[in-house]
Amino acid sequence: MLEINNLQVSVENKPILKGLNLSVGPGEVHAIMGPNGSGKSTLAHIVAGRDGYQITGGSVTFNGKDLLELAPEERAGEGVFLAFQYPVEIPGVNNVYMLKAALNGIRQYRGQAELDAVEFLKIVKAKTKAVGIDNSLLNRPVNTGFSGGEKKRNEVFQMSVLEPHLAILDETDSGLDIDALKAVGDGVNQLRDGKRSFIIVTHYQRLLDYIVPDFVHVLSNGQIVRSGDKNLALELEDRGYDWLKDEANVG
Amino acid sequence: MASQPQEIDEFVAQKYEAGFYTDIEQDSVPPGLDPGVIEFISKKKGEPQWMLDWRLKAYERWLKMDEPNWAHVNYAPIDLQAISYFSAPKSQENAPKSLDEVDPELIATYEKLGIPLEEQKMLAGVAVDMVFDSVSVLTTFKEKLAEAGVIFCSFSEAVIEYPELIQQYLGSVVPVTDNYFAALNSAVFTDGSFVFIPKNTRCPMELSTYFRINAMNTGQFERTLIIAESGSHVSYLEGCTAPMRDENQLHAAVVELVALDDAEIKYSTVQNWYPGDENGIGGIYNFVTKRGDCRGKNSKISWTQVETGSAITWKYPSCILKGDNSVGEFYSVALARNLQQADTGTKMVHLGRNTRSTIISKGISADRGQNSYRGLVRIAKGATNARNYTQCDSLLIGDRSGAHTFPYVEVKNSSAQIEHEASTSKISDDQLFYLRQRGIRDEDAINMIVNGFCRDVFKELPMEFAIEAQKLLSISLEGSIG
Repeated sequence: MLEINNLQVSVENKPILKGLNLSVGPGEVHAIMGPNGSGKSTLAHIVAGRDGYQITGGSVTFNGKDLLELAPEERAGEGVFLAFQYPVEIPGVNNVYMLKAALNGIRQYRGQAELDAVEFLKIVKAKTKAVGIDNSLLNRPVNTGFSGGEKKRNEVFQMSVLEPHLAILDETDSGLDIDALKAVGDGVNQLRDGKRSFIIVTHYQRLLDYIVPDFVHVLSNGQIVRSGDKNLALELEDRGYDWLKDEANVG
Repeated sequence: MASQPQEIDEFVAQKYEAGFYTDIEQDSVPPGLDPGVIEFISKKKGEPQWMLDWRLKAYERWLKMDEPNWAHVNYAPIDLQAISYFSAPKSQENAPKSLDEVDPELIATYEKLGIPLEEQKMLAGVAVDMVFDSVSVLTTFKEKLAEAGVIFCSFSEAVIEYPELIQQYLGSVVPVTDNYFAALNSAVFTDGSFVFIPKNTRCPMELSTYFRINAMNTGQFERTLIIAESGSHVSYLEGCTAPMRDENQLHAAVVELVALDDAEIKYSTVQNWYPGDENGIGGIYNFVTKRGDCRGKNSKISWTQVETGSAITWKYPSCILKGDNSVGEFYSVALARNLQQADTGTKMVHLGRNTRSTIISKGISADRGQNSYRGLVRIAKGATNARNYTQCDSLLIGDRSGAHTFPYVEVKNSSAQIEHEASTSKISDDQLFYLRQRGIRDEDAINMIVNGFCRDVFKELPMEFAIEAQKLLSISLEGSIG
């Protein structure tokens, strides 16, 4: 589904990703862990199509298509969704209105008929219930004045409405208390259907208590230095990241 | 006239010497302004002597005034002697014969705005000699208004039909000496609209569609007077989202509103005159004086404007809050792109007790556009417990545009409460990326952000106008991000 080969990315001529390889199959949940500054968020941004990075080598394909050639909205159309670490406030723009434009934008890209307000609200109603998001958030301006937890829940809600094929969660756990963490985990677990894939970018193991990954990768200094199953995350929790860095340097 | 620079005196005298022989039967006067021209205009309109005297007095005062230069705008000097001050309705000879002859870009804009075909023809100045549907619509309107006792007619008609109302109220809000352009307008105005809402009457309709059709081609010096008697209510919509064919570069209109006890006037404007091309060539100079007088107790005047057109906008719809407990409001969206310059804002003058005013101004600058908010809040000595809330936000698109804020506050009564909030923001890459990541195309994303920014003002517009205004804004912003 997602194939990343030897990806090399710089910011202002400083290499951030140095030959990264990752393969994500349908229905799989991959956790990307690593110390601060290892390039985790860069990876998430590159897949979603954010500007400001120089891609100096390698490839990213999604269901056989060259993702790097596509605009962010086209990638959304292909089914890529990024849950932001810092969801952006957009004053005056109604949350549900934005989401309707997004869903119809995606449908248009796929050559499907756009949904009218009635059809759309039906979906919203169902998803609101499923994700357990507070109704009052729906008609407020996008993320404006939301608490940290509300913003992250809103990301999960949007994800559930847009039904992506691949969802990337960029440090969704940062700044969340235990209840909010659990709510986000529940929301994501509901979306696991054996076909939809996830990349969970996180610094800490704790989110993985709620969203159990199939694979765990450790990103350090721009490369994946170790891969394993969920036990690797637990090991990291015990031992920190330093031992891996040392190993990588030796290797 | 002693204070006059000699050249002007000579010039004026010279024109006189040359004499003014134009026949009253003729349809236009040669360029230039002198008392003869004013007499011609007045005669042509069959005005009574008092109206002519009023015009001539304004002219005398105007001669002694200087063009203001304090606004944050730049333009080459306007040669007021090069303008013809009266021309009959446009000749149909040179007008396009059908929409096929009209600039396709203009037609595309009309279509995007969803304007009906007949109206498109009218706006584009297509020569239509048949009587189209709207005339019968007009008649229906007129009957309905007459039933309610509402007077709504052209200004010229009002001078003849309702001289006592005109004499009582004309110039009572904007005196002829108010400013250079208001004085000029007072001397040479050609037409405009007159509205009178009798006591305890709610105007049965928004005065909009009628206006669109009725007040076309009223020329560059338009005069509007709206009087709301005690306990009455009116909502007046001026302008049109569609760009109109217009050869006049200078527009200097005067609008006067009078609200008596418990009366309410809501005045909404959508202005989309030709802004000039991307190099700043052409475009309308829009130098307007708009003022409302809350003369009665508990009266309310509310200005809402969406200004996207004109090369230069110089406009400060204001409220004089004379009556106790009166309320003034100003909601504005002003867009400046390419080389457009907008210097707009309001004045809220609090004279009565417990008077309140609200100012919400949203300025958008794109490309090399320069947008200035200029506002005055004055609390007079007797205005006990006056309150003002001002919110002034600027949105910048691109890195060559400019936003400027000039708020003036004068308080002479210590019980006043004044709040001022201001913000300047850019459409951020973060916002754009966020929306695009969700599947929204970049232009749609920009429109969404801009419309969100303007929401507080759009919600003040009558529903239909609000939708048009949103569309207009997105059309005006097309291609503003490379």
